[in-house]
Amino acid sequence: MSLDLTEQQTLLRDSVGRFLSDRYSFEARRQILNGDPGWSPTIWRAFAEELGILGAAFAESAGGLGGDALDTMVLMEELGRALVLEPFLETVVLGGGLLKRCAAPLATETIRGIVEGHTRLAFAYSEPQARYRWDDILTQARPEGAAQVLRGRKSVVFGAPAATHLIVSARTGGGRHDHEGVVLVLVDPKAPGVSLRSYRTLDGRLAADIDFHDVRIPPEAVLATSEVAPGIIEAALDEATAAVCAEAAGILDRLVSDTVAYTKERRQFGAPIASFQVLQHRMVNMFVKAQQSAAMSHMAALKLAEAAADGARSVAAAKAYVGEACREVGQSAIQLHGAMGVTDELAVSHYFKRAIAIETQFGSAEHHLNRFQQLSLGMASKTAA
Amino acid sequence: MALRSSDDDEAFRDEVRAFLEAKFTPELRALTARQAGVFADGDLARRWHRILFERGWIAPAWPTEYGGPGWTPRQGAIFQEECARAGTPRLPGMGLSLCAPVIMRYGTDAQKAFFLPRMLSGEHYWCQGYSEPQSGSDLASLQTRAVRDGDDYVVSGSKIWTTHAQFANWIFLLVRTSTEGKPQAGISFLVSPMDAPGISVRPIISMSGEHEVNQVFFDNVRVPVANRMGAENEGWTVAKYLLEFERGGGSSGVPLSVALERLVDIARNQPADGAASLYEDPVFRRDLARLEIEVMALAWTERRLAGRRRDGESIGNAAASLKKLCASELGQKIEDLSMRALGLYALPDQRGALGTGANESPIGPEYAVTPTARFLNGRASTIFGGSSEVQRNILARVALGL
Ligand SMILES: Cc1cc2nc3c(=O)[nH]c(=O)nc-3n(C[C@H](O)[C@H](O)[C@H](O)COP(=O)(O)OP(=O)(O)OC[C@H]3O[C@@H](n4cnc5c(N)ncnc54)[C@H](O)[C@@H]3O)c2cc1C
Ligand SMILES: Cc1cc2nc3c(=O)[nH]c(=O)nc-3n(C[C@H](O)[C@H](O)[C@H](O)COP(=O)(O)OP(=O)(O)OC[C@H]3O[C@@H](n4cnc5c(N)ncnc54)[C@H](O)[C@@H]3O)c2cc1C
Repeated sequence: MSLDLTEQQTLLRDSVGRFLSDRYSFEARRQILNGDPGWSPTIWRAFAEELGILGAAFAESAGGLGGDALDTMVLMEELGRALVLEPFLETVVLGGGLLKRCAAPLATETIRGIVEGHTRLAFAYSEPQARYRWDDILTQARPEGAAQVLRGRKSVVFGAPAATHLIVSARTGGGRHDHEGVVLVLVDPKAPGVSLRSYRTLDGRLAADIDFHDVRIPPEAVLATSEVAPGIIEAALDEATAAVCAEAAGILDRLVSDTVAYTKERRQFGAPIASFQVLQHRMVNMFVKAQQSAAMSHMAALKLAEAAADGARSVAAAKAYVGEACREVGQSAIQLHGAMGVTDELAVSHYFKRAIAIETQFGSAEHHLNRFQQLSLGMASKTAA
Repeated sequence: MALRSSDDDEAFRDEVRAFLEAKFTPELRALTARQAGVFADGDLARRWHRILFERGWIAPAWPTEYGGPGWTPRQGAIFQEECARAGTPRLPGMGLSLCAPVIMRYGTDAQKAFFLPRMLSGEHYWCQGYSEPQSGSDLASLQTRAVRDGDDYVVSGSKIWTTHAQFANWIFLLVRTSTEGKPQAGISFLVSPMDAPGISVRPIISMSGEHEVNQVFFDNVRVPVANRMGAENEGWTVAKYLLEFERGGGSSGVPLSVALERLVDIARNQPADGAASLYEDPVFRRDLARLEIEVMALAWTERRLAGRRRDGESIGNAAASLKKLCASELGQKIEDLSMRALGLYALPDQRGALGTGANESPIGPEYAVTPTARFLNGRASTIFGGSSEVQRNILARVALGL
């Protein structure tokens, strides 16, 4: 397997990087962050029309570019480096990752909307009684005639306030944690019975807690039945998890370079603080962690792109490593900036907050360490058998 | 062993509890539970200050001649413990704990008579003007100038990171009165009312979105020479005396233990994957145990060092640095685990429910309101009052002779 980017991926990276440095400066981002709705429709349109990246991960037959997890990685790293607020992860990677695996005609139609730039998604899967497991589901989808009726509560649904469509996991049967009986349905956030409590997350992005009170789901809105839904959810969550690792790689890179630049400028005791060896060593540690995070993210993307047998295990390893790196590198970056680091004024605190959010999003380092262990045991027992 | 409680101490504990029961009302409790800053908001701080003042308990560490309660060290510790357990507002200590010892040691009789009672009553709300834009860790390089003009100094320059300058009506500050010799040699310690003509305050918003620190500008501000503490050009000695209190004041074992108790309360109510609650999750339990042991190590180190100080060993600066270093880093670890205990509910920005003016309901469980903001605000604890790196430099020099 090659760790070099293809020519096309290099082009993609360069054009997105150029676009973001022209149009998404820290000041431009601050305007978006402090305004309503907290993301920019103009930028989103440019993603669709100028860059064409909203179709990156979809088949050419669906109007996409036919990219794979490596293309997603390249994009997410750039989006991370510019700390982009727009719901690319939620819509294209996670929402799109679910839809492209669903056979329902509505899925194909919705993908078309994404590629064209007028559909945005959020995947409502986490619930208040769960910690990080997607299969801890109590939300019910009860049959009523040909339709289903949805009732339950989802918590911290990323991107929901910006979404035109929600994909919701629910049970038609089975108990808490059972994979049997889990289905995926497409819900209009404005449908009767859906209520959102929208809010910002600490990194300035959007999320919501959502109540579904007897929401009617027509038969065509069932995207995946219980035979296929669990596999689809796991695959899409793995892709999204790998994607935030790539986003983190971009963020960590910025945290390192901003810190190096700041400490070279800032003088105390008659010298740049970068000349103090203890700070140099700390920055070297940050650099090493950032390099290894990028490598782990790359590994995870490659394994997913190749549909390797140890794809999920590789993603768990990457997220466990990158999650801890986010905390360590982030905290060092703040510390080395002194009081400037804890203000809202410099970019570093904004990168730090996103890094801290990524540590938790799609499961903490502890969660993925556990998963890694379990998946390793699973593989060992398969080999033994 | 000397640390065992006597019956008197238990009676005192009951008295403190009864007081808190009566005066730390449900309304005050609710307000305080929604505070995530380094110190309580100005209004809340003022209210609680007043209540303690009226009971005669506002300044446990002060000698009785200035209005201290005359407690034994054990009683002081009991009071601190009970307040921490009850979760009373964290009062800013710039006046009572930092400036007061300076006034008591270096102030004239007139200065003592004017400032100490007003500090005690809360009429004066103090802020600390040490740091400058170009002088953080290297405090002695400070450049705010004070030029003598008759009975006044004329002060020009800027202070930064001034906590609660927006609430304060007095500031103590270090100024340069001479550029001769070593930088340390030309510094003086002044105090000024914040409404003196020429002082202006710019808010600085922290990454949690809160407003705790400021930049304070001095544009030809006249400060009477009578407002100097200690001799001219000897402010550095005064400044360092104060830093001992900033770094080493109080016991950190108690608030850290209480922070761990809070974390346990969260964990008992938080879901876990594969256990009845997070509190029963073996990985979490180990993380918690590790922190508990670290708190014990620090608490017992503090007790041992306090004993040595009584025996006359000169470890002043080293002990204060060691305490500040360990307590701030350990506090951050507890804040970190408390935030992570919340799972995905660590992520919502709870600003709408935080602070005294906030009226939104929490996102997720009530206990999810403060930990993330505390985590973010707590990043500053290894930076202010001398960063961890600076404390390590001091320990290397003072404790190891390097
Ligand atoms: C098992 C072993 C095998 C070896 N094999 C070889 C060999 O095959 N060929 C060969 O030429 N040499 C060999 N060495 C020697 C090795 O290269 C030296 O030990 C090494 O260069 C360190 O020098 P030193 O032991 O004199 O320690 P010192 O240089 O005295 O260092 C002592 C400590 O101070 C630290 N230190 C020193 N300078 C700095 C600095 N500027 N900043 C921060 N910290 C500093 C060091 O990291 C170390 O912790 C071997 C050493 C060992 C232990
Ligand atoms: C929330 C908050 C509240 C504060 N409140 C007040 C207040 O009320 N009044 C007041 O006067 N000040 C206050 N401060 C300022 C505080 O005292 C300074 O931030 C602190 O002294 C560090 O200075 P600096 O921020 O300029 O960092 P710098 O000195 O620029 O340090 C940047 C980094 O370099 C490191 N460094 C610096 N020198 C060395 C060295 N020699 N060796 C190794 N590493 C080094 C530091 O540890 C840090 O990691 C506050 C700060 C904060 C964050």
